[in-house]
Order: sequence, then C-alpha cells, then structure tokens
Amino acid sequence: MKEMLKADQITFRYAETGRPAVDGLSLTVRRGEYVAVLGANGCGKSTLAKHFNAILLPETGTVTVEGMSTADEDRLFDIRQKVGMVFQNPDNQIVATVVEEDVAFALENLGVPPDEMRRRVDEAMRMAGVYNYREKAPHKLSGGQKQRVAIAGVVAMRPDCLVLDEATAMLDPIGREKVMRTVHRLNREYGITVVQITHYMEEAAAADRVVVMSEGKIALEGTPTEVFRQVDRLRALRLDVPQAAELCHALTQAGCPMPDGVIDVEGCAAALYRLLTGRDAPDAENAKEVAACPQP
Amino acid sequence: MLRDITIGQHFPGNSLLHRMDPRVKLVLTVAYIVMLFVGSNPAGLAISIVFLTALYLTAKIPLKMVARSVKPILPIILFTAVLNLFFMTGTSEPLLAWWIFKIYREGVYYAIVMAVRIICLIAGTSLLTYTTSPIVLTDAIEQLLKPLARLHLPVHELAMMMTIALRFIPTLIEETDKIMNAQKARGAQLDSGKLSQRVRALIPVLIPLFISAFRRADELAMAMECRCYHGGEGRTRLKQLRLHASDIVLAAAAALVFAAIGMSNLFFERIG
Ligand SMILES: Nc1ncnc2c1ncn2[C@@H]1O[C@H](COP(=O)(O)OP(=O)(O)O)[C@@H](O)[C@H]1O
Ligand SMILES: [Mg+2]
Repeated sequence: MKEMLKADQITFRYAETGRPAVDGLSLTVRRGEYVAVLGANGCGKSTLAKHFNAILLPETGTVTVEGMSTADEDRLFDIRQKVGMVFQNPDNQIVATVVEEDVAFALENLGVPPDEMRRRVDEAMRMAGVYNYREKAPHKLSGGQKQRVAIAGVVAMRPDCLVLDEATAMLDPIGREKVMRTVHRLNREYGITVVQITHYMEEAAAADRVVVMSEGKIALEGTPTEVFRQVDRLRALRLDVPQAAELCHALTQAGCPMPDGVIDVEGCAAALYRLLTGRDAPDAENAKEVAACPQP
Repeated sequence: MLRDITIGQHFPGNSLLHRMDPRVKLVLTVAYIVMLFVGSNPAGLAISIVFLTALYLTAKIPLKMVARSVKPILPIILFTAVLNLFFMTGTSEPLLAWWIFKIYREGVYYAIVMAVRIICLIAGTSLLTYTTSPIVLTDAIEQLLKPLARLHLPVHELAMMMTIALRFIPTLIEETDKIMNAQKARGAQLDSGKLSQRVRALIPVLIPLFISAFRRADELAMAMECRCYHGGEGRTRLKQLRLHASDIVLAAAAALVFAAIGMSNLFFERIG
C-alpha cells in the first residue's frame, strides 16, 4: 500500500455554528514521504493534524491511515500506534519523572511484555539520540533534549508516520537543528513518513513536498521549489519565504537575470557567483564558502 | 528561591536500605508504626531507638537529619508533652504543686514516653522517604494496593495522579518563579508590605498559574491519548519490582525486632 494518510473531503467545526476549521480538504501522504504544512495562525493546521490519529473525527468526509478509517473504533489503538504525534510544548507531553520511563509510557499502555519493552525503549532512545540521558529527570533537560525525548516516546511505538505540530516552535536554534536532524534521519534511514507543521520556511524547504493551508483549505501544494517561487502568492497568504528565495525574488524584480526556483542558500550563492564572475561555481563546497564570505 | 524547594526529601544512595524492595520497606514502616503503639513502654521504645539508629547508620544518612525532620512538628510534641505533664493525675504525692497545677511522677513519665514515641514515628517514616524516591514509592503503593482495584477503588488512577503531580511540580515551580518575576517587573510588591497586601499581591500570580496549569493538563491529556493511554487495564511496566534474598533477610530481622518490642509489654506497663 503506497498511501500512508488520506484525508478525503474532510470538514470539521469546533462549534456547531462556527465556520469550519477544516473545510472540504483532501490530502494524500505517500509512504516514506516528508511533507511540510505551512499556513498562517488559525488556518486549521493543528485541527488537520489531530484528524490523522483519530483525536478528532471529521464531520463529513473520511480520514484513512493505511486504509483503516479513523472512525473505526476497533482500530483506534492500531491507528494511534501507526501515527505518532509530537506537539509544540515538550513539557506538556512528558508524563514520567525519568526519561526512560517516559519513553516506555506508550508501550506500557499497549501492554508490551517488560523484556521486549526494555529492548524497544533502548532502541527508540538511541534512534532519537537521548540514550545518554535515559536516567535523568525531564525537567533537568534543555528544550531540544526534551523534545527528542518526546519523539523517542512516540518512536518506541514503532510508528509508520510521525506528525509534528510545530514541534520546533519553542526551541532555541541549536535544539531546533538537532530535532530536525533527528526527524530527517528517522525519515531517511527508517522510512518513517513525516508530516511536519512548521513556521520555519527553512525547515519546509528541506521537505519533499510543501502544503500551504489557508482558512481550512489547501491554497498551494508542490515541491518546495514550486511553492517558494510564488513569492507574491505566499505574501498574500501572510507567509514568509526562505531568505534566499526572497533575495532572488528581489533581484529578479530589480532586473538582475537570476535563475528561477532558487530556494536555499547554496543555490542562491551559486547563482550569484555565476552572475558576478560569469563562471559556474566550481563545486558545492566552494559555493558554501562563497556564501560564507561577503563579496566586496 | 522557589527552585530550592525539594519534595519528599529523598537522599539518593546505594546502601542496603536504598536498594531494598520499596514494597517491603513500606510494609515494614507501617508495621513499625503499629509496633510503636503496641510496645509503648520504656523498653519497647528503647529497642526501637536502637533499631532505628542502626538503620540510619546502614543507610548512611546523617543522624542530624532526624532533628531536621522533627523540627516542624516540635510544637505538637511540646504541646502533647505539656498536656500530659499537667493533666496526668497520679496516686502518689505531686512532685510540684502551684496554684491549680499539680505535676505527678506519672505525668513526667507519660510526657517523656509520648514525646519519644512521636519522635520515633517521624524518624521512622522519614527514613522511608529518605531512602526511597517518591516515584518508586508511588509504584510500591500501586502494587500493594492492587488487590483493592477489584473493589473498584481507582488505585491505578491515584498512582497516575501522583506520578503526574511529581513530574509537574518542578515545572510549575519554575513557572511560578517566572510569573512572579514578570509581575515584579510590572511593579508588584510581592515580598514587602502588610500581610493582607502581600496576599492580595499573590492573586495576579495565582491566576496566570492556574490558567496555565489547566492548559498544560489539557495538552498532557491529549499527548497521553496519542500514546494509547486508556487507564490501568492491561498495562505492563518497564520497571518490575523484584523481591531479592536480601529483602527477605532484612524483613526477617525486622520481624524479630518487632517481636521483641511486642514482648516488652510483658515486663512493662503499656502507655498511651
Ligand atoms: N479547542 C477549540 N475550540 C474552539 N475553536 C478552536 C479550538 N481549537 C482551534 N479552534 C479554532 O479553529 C481554527 C483553527 O485552529 P488550529 O487548527 O489550531 O489552527 P493552526 O494550528 O493552524 O494555528 C482557529 O480559528 C481556532 O480559533
Ligand atoms: Mg496550531
């Protein structure tokens, strides 16, 4: 089965009368894919995320996880085990007073025998890079470390998909970088599908696919290059673009012949090098160097 | 300053007592409390003091910690001692008589025995919390009370509440600190002024704290649901409590001491 998550024409309202938080939205996420979801505050990203593991059920339409409908109560724990959720505030998702016991929490709930649990907990802590803090108290860890403990707690369930709802929003740059590296490694090495809601354009630029939401609907969708070249469209949706894309856009508008679809620093540096020297940047390594030093 | 508060004064260590099965420790502590009342006579109390001192030495916990744990309830000890001193009537001549107060030999005797008994009680229960982390203690309570779950007592839920409370106390303390600083930055006078003013100044600290605690509870509940939490049914534990041979030896030794305390009643009259 290639489809990991599938939302089909779903609508959801918090209050009977209010306007829908998610409005006739359809989205399919393939197995192993890394999807970033962008959108202004209050556009329904979290509401959508909560549909993927049956925390919320759609008013109309259906959500399926590997073919299982989230409305099927008998499969509730199968679904929650397959789709792990990580939230914004690491403090509010850690239950136990010792790291390894928190990582074991889901397995304890699922009734996994202690010997097997020990193995899976150790494995999950290594995968999330928190093995060295396994006996520490969570409140003694930094934000980034806590968030990776939360990820380990979800990974211990051996999920096929991770849904991260602004999981890096409260972290300092170093913590964010480490969490992102962990998530990308889980995606690449273990084939875990990732749906990441974020406000950081640099994070979205590293995804396979970007989905931009607005007022409960999908406004834009495509590869990061396809999405971020539409600078004006994104601005209208009250979103930023990655700084490199913004620079290229500004240069193009000022009449500089910049190539289309540059969204990262390396690509931008290479394009500028070509523009200024008339030669191709020798290699990617060099382009990074060029990016690092300001041109006279 | 709030950060310095520690809960359930636990002294991490690796002594025989620290490594003992928490269930056994808990049962022995309860038995010890019972024996303090059963063997409430000078000989019984003397045996318990020796026993307790030996345990403190084994656990490598400084004896001055006993003084620290007794300190908060010193007023109660003094109060009961004074009551015994003045209201105990004896058969012999009063030792001291002044106005309507008469102090008898029995009064002095009672006052001393009762005070020692309370001190032993505190020192004994403190030893349990000194050598057992609160979370391990919670596990032990849950395991010991498990049979009561069949009577529909919410044993697992209570243990879960304890765990979550222990987990969030440091978080909430930190948050209180932050809110207090934020309010001080706005000119709130939290540590000066009259008592009534200070109490009133706490309201703008407590309200944000409560709101935040409810939000946290909401998010935590959702995160627990996402990790398949559905109550205590069919739950397994990562850390299994195991009874070791040393636990049985220690329990047997304690049982002998308790028997001796009980026997002391044969030779001395029980008090209180
Ligand atoms: N628990 C709730 N009760 C009522 N309305 C809510 C609730 N949660 C979110 N909403 C509303 O639903 C809309 C979408 O919210 P949300 O999915 O949290 O957006 P996002 O995560 O994109 O910021 C917002 O208008 C928000 O006010
Ligand atoms: Mg949100």
